[in-house]
Amino acid sequence: MNEASNHTAFFRGLRQMFGVTLILLLLCGFVFPVLLTGISSMVFPAQAGGSLVYADGRAVGSKYVGQEFTKPYFMKGRPSAYHYNTYYEDAQGNRYYSDGSPFAGVSSGSNNYAPSNPALIERVKADIETFLAANPDVTREEIPTDLMTASGSGLDPHISPASAQIQIPAIAKASGLSEAALAQIVEDNTQGKLLGILGEDTVSVLGVNLDIAAAMGLISVNGN
Amino acid sequence: MLQLVLTGVLYLILVIPVGRYLYHIAAGKHTFADPVLDRIDDVIYKIVGVDPHRGMNWRQYALALIGTNAVMIAIGYLILRIQSIGIFNPNHIGSMEPSLAFNTIISFMTNTNLQHYSGESGLSYLSQMLVITFMMFVSAASGYAACVAFIRGVAGKTKDNVGNFFSDLVRITTRVLLPFSLVGGLLLVWQGVPQTFSENIVVETLEGTFQVLATGPVAALEIIKHLGTNGGGFFGANSSTPMENPTILSNLIELYSMMLLPGACVITFGKMVGDGRRTHQESKKPEHALPAHREGMTARLFGAEGRSIFLAMSVLFVIGLSLCFWAESQGNPALAEAGLSQSMGSMEGKEVRFGVAQSALFTTVTTSFTTGTINNMHDTLTPLGGLVPLLHMMLNCVFGGKGVGLMNIILYAILAVFICGLMVGRTPEYLGKKIEGREMKLTALAIIIHPLLILAFSALAVATSAGQAGITNPGFHGLTQVLYEYASSAANNGSGFEGLADNTYFWNITTGLVMFLGRYLPIVLQLAIAGSLMKKSYVNESAGTLQTSTVSFSVILVFVVYIFAALTFFPALALGPIAEHLTLWG
Repeated sequence: MNEASNHTAFFRGLRQMFGVTLILLLLCGFVFPVLLTGISSMVFPAQAGGSLVYADGRAVGSKYVGQEFTKPYFMKGRPSAYHYNTYYEDAQGNRYYSDGSPFAGVSSGSNNYAPSNPALIERVKADIETFLAANPDVTREEIPTDLMTASGSGLDPHISPASAQIQIPAIAKASGLSEAALAQIVEDNTQGKLLGILGEDTVSVLGVNLDIAAAMGLISVNGN
Repeated sequence: MLQLVLTGVLYLILVIPVGRYLYHIAAGKHTFADPVLDRIDDVIYKIVGVDPHRGMNWRQYALALIGTNAVMIAIGYLILRIQSIGIFNPNHIGSMEPSLAFNTIISFMTNTNLQHYSGESGLSYLSQMLVITFMMFVSAASGYAACVAFIRGVAGKTKDNVGNFFSDLVRITTRVLLPFSLVGGLLLVWQGVPQTFSENIVVETLEGTFQVLATGPVAALEIIKHLGTNGGGFFGANSSTPMENPTILSNLIELYSMMLLPGACVITFGKMVGDGRRTHQESKKPEHALPAHREGMTARLFGAEGRSIFLAMSVLFVIGLSLCFWAESQGNPALAEAGLSQSMGSMEGKEVRFGVAQSALFTTVTTSFTTGTINNMHDTLTPLGGLVPLLHMMLNCVFGGKGVGLMNIILYAILAVFICGLMVGRTPEYLGKKIEGREMKLTALAIIIHPLLILAFSALAVATSAGQAGITNPGFHGLTQVLYEYASSAANNGSGFEGLADNTYFWNITTGLVMFLGRYLPIVLQLAIAGSLMKKSYVNESAGTLQTSTVSFSVILVFVVYIFAALTFFPALALGPIAEHLTLWG
């Protein structure tokens, strides 16, 4: 008798465990994401799809994801171990980063160098030399911290206003645009702190470069 | 600095109504959404065959929790192993290898969400939803359920009924997690977090090269991972990735999502304990007695016992945050020597849109509330900046994860009254119950498990070549990487010093074990303590009773927590972050 009731209690318990698991699986793992996708695609279709930025009618990037730029007339972002997932293809369809190493597939992150890691110091020193060579008017002490350090995601779309301003003279020379026009472009793409308090002042690198491309006549329609 | 204060003040305002709502749900009181949600819950109870009014004792409750979690683990493991099937898998992700799947499933069930894979390449959308998102809901709900049962125990309304596990699990999911997630998720999409089932996007850039943009149903995962203090990320770089956390506003939404519910648990505790006491006192009182003295405002908002706990947690939190913010603002002297200005602070591993202030805040919050999501890379923090998240995971009671943080600090509170009791030579009491040998043994056991797991496994890792193979940064920082990984596992936090090469048999299996033991052993012991306390009768307060609802008790609690941490962890910390700090600045 006692054993039989123990048995039923056991099976009732088992049924409850499986039942509650399956129902919550359906509710949380399926209904919730599908419902959220549905509502998002109606209310915020652009954001839900990745906030793409267009130029000449085609997508050239996302508003919130940084890109790697190599041309001298474009503004540069921060160093990225994954080159912002930007790559080129050779004739055989092999994919490479801009430095010629093979493309690792879509990634995010950094090399996670500790502050005491010698590899970090070497990378920063090398980047400073490259930057000084490309921007001869700039002295070493003027380079802002963010421009020579890697972001956490490797996809940081922003640099600080100071990092944008020190690049202006070199970009002016390479692009033929006036420094005043470039300063205006940087200002147009600068976002202040929320309520003047929260966060930091940021400059969107892709935004600046779209405006530069438009001003140089490389693209006809400005994506913004 | 101002932005940190502002964020904190806003939190104190927001946590009170949420705490009130949570209390109403835990205590089974009326809430505004009952007419709709009662029906949904009833349907679920009917299908599953649960009678929500059928109470359980602490053993049945613990068994139901562990059994249900075991079923969830089995189903989740299966899905990970077969995820290569063509459903919701536009990016053609393959199935997961067994040791990694073991680690992943334990990690998500235990609310740790340590990730030894990278979301972009390791999981199909199906797994992201049916395993990861699902687990994030139910692991949070399980932790909360355990906490509510624990509170019912110590608040002591009945002698052995701690509530019905299934009913707690369902109620917290349908009344808190799902509605909050839907609203918060939409806000995140509004700020630019993608929510789509389409494959990754490839664009041709202005320079004629190509860029892959990883997307997916990100917002759904993003909101619950914070709300349930889960952690982990849709993408490898977690909430530092702009697609997960694009703006300062999304950052704030994510911050508050992880801070609100653990804080609200403390309020729930304060109010439920207050209820229990009041019922007891009223039953003893003659009918025409005058009402007791009116409680002050904070005592009414937080509950008198909840207030002192909340205060102690806040003090611990603010000390940690200040140290982290200060250390990061100082920058990296090694880079200053290399000729790079450090005027912005240490920016390696941080996003420009968050800067040092919001990064330090996020780091302290994610490890205090044991979420484990990150908006900057903890491996790249300055030594003392990185000490704070490590320490807070070792303490594991600075607010703590959903539910379990409160249970942990109650252990310290019991320890505190015990130590104070020894000093004055009286039998210690907490919440009107005598603390005796059985409770102290269980408390000591529950408190010792955490450092034992962290230190023993760290020792194992540095002593074996399989463990050493994971270390990627030279010098003292290497030890910190190891300590961090096990502290994160044992505290069910899940953040990592991400440089650690941890997707190996050794790391997958050892951290899997640590997460499992670090989760379930304390929960069972804590429920046992509650079960033991609830059987006791209330003792009448006397002049010798230590008041636990006072500021001075908060201070004692803070000291007990720090002293215990110093006694257990100081040698390890001295060899890791402190030694690294001295070499950098020396």
